[in-house]
Amino acid sequence: MASRAVDKDLDQRLEALAQDSDGRVRIADIKEVVHALMDTLRGDVTATELRAYRELEGLVHYIEQARQDIASLRPDEIQSDYIPKATDELDAIVSATEQATNDILDAAEQIETMAEEHPEMGDRLMEVTTRIYEASNFQDITGQRVNKVVNMLKHIEQKVGDLARTFGLELEEAAEPQGEAAEAPATAPDDERPDADLLNGPQQEGTAKNQAEIDALLASFD
Amino acid sequence: MSVDLNMNVLIVDDYKTMLRIIRNLLKQLGFQNIEEASDGSQALKMLKSGKYGLVISDWNMEPMTGLQLLREVRNDENLKKLPFIMVTAESKSENVIAAKEAGVSNYIVKPFNAETLKGKLVSVLGEF
Repeated sequence: MASRAVDKDLDQRLEALAQDSDGRVRIADIKEVVHALMDTLRGDVTATELRAYRELEGLVHYIEQARQDIASLRPDEIQSDYIPKATDELDAIVSATEQATNDILDAAEQIETMAEEHPEMGDRLMEVTTRIYEASNFQDITGQRVNKVVNMLKHIEQKVGDLARTFGLELEEAAEPQGEAAEAPATAPDDERPDADLLNGPQQEGTAKNQAEIDALLASFD
Repeated sequence: MSVDLNMNVLIVDDYKTMLRIIRNLLKQLGFQNIEEASDGSQALKMLKSGKYGLVISDWNMEPMTGLQLLREVRNDENLKKLPFIMVTAESKSENVIAAKEAGVSNYIVKPFNAETLKGKLVSVLGEF
């Protein structure tokens, strides 16, 4: 059966881990502790201890497999390559739609000038330009939605870094760990504006409050 | 009493395209004097140095948001009664409640149409 001296050694390792880990324990450290725990079971072992030994052996194998699986995902590439490229592509979408919207607005403003020059068609042309202005609202919403996606990608990038670090994988540019978030934030993690917690951006159809619902909410204050 | 269409209107948004759209819609409604700011802090400086009859502001801007601007306006003895309409994509109840508690005059959710804009202007300023 394991000696008390070995148990004491294991206790000390666990105590040291608890003090140094700041609430986050690396998988490599867990693996080491499990191995140490298995060492305590050497010698005369009961059937129960043997079962525990096998469970622990399985756990070590599982941890090693998970580590290899995560390494094969190449988290460094996700951080250094895929996510920056994805954000560049999204920025390009915003730029292109903004340029297109401004071209459309240029044309609408010319139509408005024509409405003044041709009063017999004035009302009709003004109606048309109003519709164009209303439809051009999409640009603002598109930009805000894309920004939300960019912030979500940054959040994923951070989580990938956390996961890789947890499994003892080295990432040169890994971000510092942050607290858990139930939902990917719409703003950047370092947003210091006092009402940043209220900035959710455009909501999905069905989730968003429409103008009538907002009017009703405002009226409830009266 | 009808609305003075010559009043200075300040529109605040960090998207130039949105400023252009709101400006054009206001011009179609007859407003003559429309000025622009790209965030709350620039808007606040303009409001303190000029005479305005209405503010139409986005919410999500940097460095000063529309909600911060609204609070600054309501805390300023000279500006506290200035009509202030928020035009924003922020459509959660918590946003509407926060804006109302800060003293917003009305709230328009993006994307909006010309009829909604006119309706809110009438409710805040009166018929025109």
